[in-house]
Amino acid sequence: MINESGMFSLALPIVAIAASALVMLLAGILSKRDHAFAITGAAIFVFAIVGRLVFVAPTGVGFHGMLITNAFTRFADILVLLGAIGALVLSASFNQRVGIARFEYPLLVMFAVIGMLVLIGADNLLSLYVGFEIQSLSLYVLAAVARDNLRSAEAGLKYFVLGALSSGLLLYGISLVYGFAGTLDFAGIARAASGAAGARLGSMVGLVFVLVGLAFKVSAAPFHMWTPDVYEGSPTSVTSFFATAPKVATMALLARVLFVPFGPMLPHWQLLVEIIAALSMIVGAIGAVRQTNIKRLLGYSAVGHMGYALIGIAAGTAAGIRGTLIYIAIYVVMSLGTFGCVTAMSRKGKPVERIEDLAGMAAEDPRYALALAIFMWSMAGIPPLAGFFGKLYVFLAAIHAGLDVLAVIAIATSVIAAFYYLRVIKVMYFDRGAPGFDPRSIGMNVVIYASAIGLVLFIFVPGSVTVASAQAAHVLLGSGF
Amino acid sequence: MILPAGLNAYLVVAALLLVIGIFGIFLNRKNVIVIMMSIELILLAANLNFVAFSGALHDMAGQVFTMFVLAVAAAEAAVGLAIVVVYFRNRGSIEVEDVTLMKG
Repeated sequence: MINESGMFSLALPIVAIAASALVMLLAGILSKRDHAFAITGAAIFVFAIVGRLVFVAPTGVGFHGMLITNAFTRFADILVLLGAIGALVLSASFNQRVGIARFEYPLLVMFAVIGMLVLIGADNLLSLYVGFEIQSLSLYVLAAVARDNLRSAEAGLKYFVLGALSSGLLLYGISLVYGFAGTLDFAGIARAASGAAGARLGSMVGLVFVLVGLAFKVSAAPFHMWTPDVYEGSPTSVTSFFATAPKVATMALLARVLFVPFGPMLPHWQLLVEIIAALSMIVGAIGAVRQTNIKRLLGYSAVGHMGYALIGIAAGTAAGIRGTLIYIAIYVVMSLGTFGCVTAMSRKGKPVERIEDLAGMAAEDPRYALALAIFMWSMAGIPPLAGFFGKLYVFLAAIHAGLDVLAVIAIATSVIAAFYYLRVIKVMYFDRGAPGFDPRSIGMNVVIYASAIGLVLFIFVPGSVTVASAQAAHVLLGSGF
Repeated sequence: MILPAGLNAYLVVAALLLVIGIFGIFLNRKNVIVIMMSIELILLAANLNFVAFSGALHDMAGQVFTMFVLAVAAAEAAVGLAIVVVYFRNRGSIEVEDVTLMKG
């Protein structure tokens, strides 16, 4: 179980980020000028190196059962790093433009990513909680990073209060699970959960609290209240980070918690996850219809997307988990591209966020308009773009698992959702206007075009993503039962 | 596994603390600082559970967890107060009723 020689190398990616973040923190403090741009570049470089280290680290359990690495954690780690790199590339020029370019920004992103890697690899409720808090504390600060801006401060305050409440509930749930299962170890909890009825009942109460805490972080309804406000209030560079990496990490953690320690209790939690998924899809679809601010619209859209991703978990099968992982992978690319377009929306250095501001974009900048149209079509799930396949895999898994009602709700809500995605395209292509946006930076162009090309070409090379996610799903279920 | 009868008293107190904490967050209309105190109460409820279970199970893991929670609670309070200060500088107030710039 405990491989002494592999103990340190297991945490190689985490240690690498932590060490370089501390060195960069010192460099940032000791230097006289603010080297925000250089430190952002260094952070991107470190993430790229760590993306390689994730595959160098051995597979197994280490640190006395605290951390685990396998195909599933690798898949999620890579997605988190991809999201963080994309968000940092977008932030470099955006932060300078709005005057929040400080070296703390990339460092906070790095600390948040450390937390995410810890919680993805957690094999014990203690490391889960610590990873969760490392991530959350960094994210609270990031939401309020534009400290002279009232909206950013309010977003930070709301995120802090609701986030702290959710982690408090998560902690209370962990304490109940500990008491009734008698251990904090994932494998030990799985043994207790398949054992005596009394222990199972107590663990179930604890599981409900844990589920609430995690649903809060993935912004699944009915715990989504913070999402639109934080998406709107935070600077767009921060929102693009919030929309990608933390969503992957928490969704991966949710899958791990439900299938590894609580795998034997699948019949007990399945209905709860179904309800959360259905509510998220409905809230996401209805809430976004009347929005005029594009960041707020994307906030509600994120709630809906998390609902679709949860369908795969609710299915409770290997095909379902594979569907969730594919969905999340495609969602990260779609979000990065969309937020790349949103960060590019600015006039004379001032960000503009209304959907009407995009009017006339097709005539002025056809390439931008086409890219944003691709992202919107993909989010709406229109074939042959990647977003369609994400939905296809989870819907198929749901129908094979007998969740017909959920599949019907999912298809109905994606029709409603198509309305507001297509409205953005209609405003760009058919409304009159002169956006007159500032020229885009190279980083923004790279993220926008790379994501658009990826989403279009996914249909020709789906294998790399589907095979990796199938392996990950297989590993997750293999260790659970 | 049989838990001793004395454990129930601790669990009831912890549950009451949790409920007071949650109500403190949602019923409080006055001050953000009160919300931070309520969050602290929720964490303490979990701590009480951990220590009580740890004693009942004769297992040290719960007490170790409590130490971690205390450290995290301190960090959380620091970050939270920093955000409240930033908010106060911009808004000039920390009344809960004033935190309504974004809606819908």
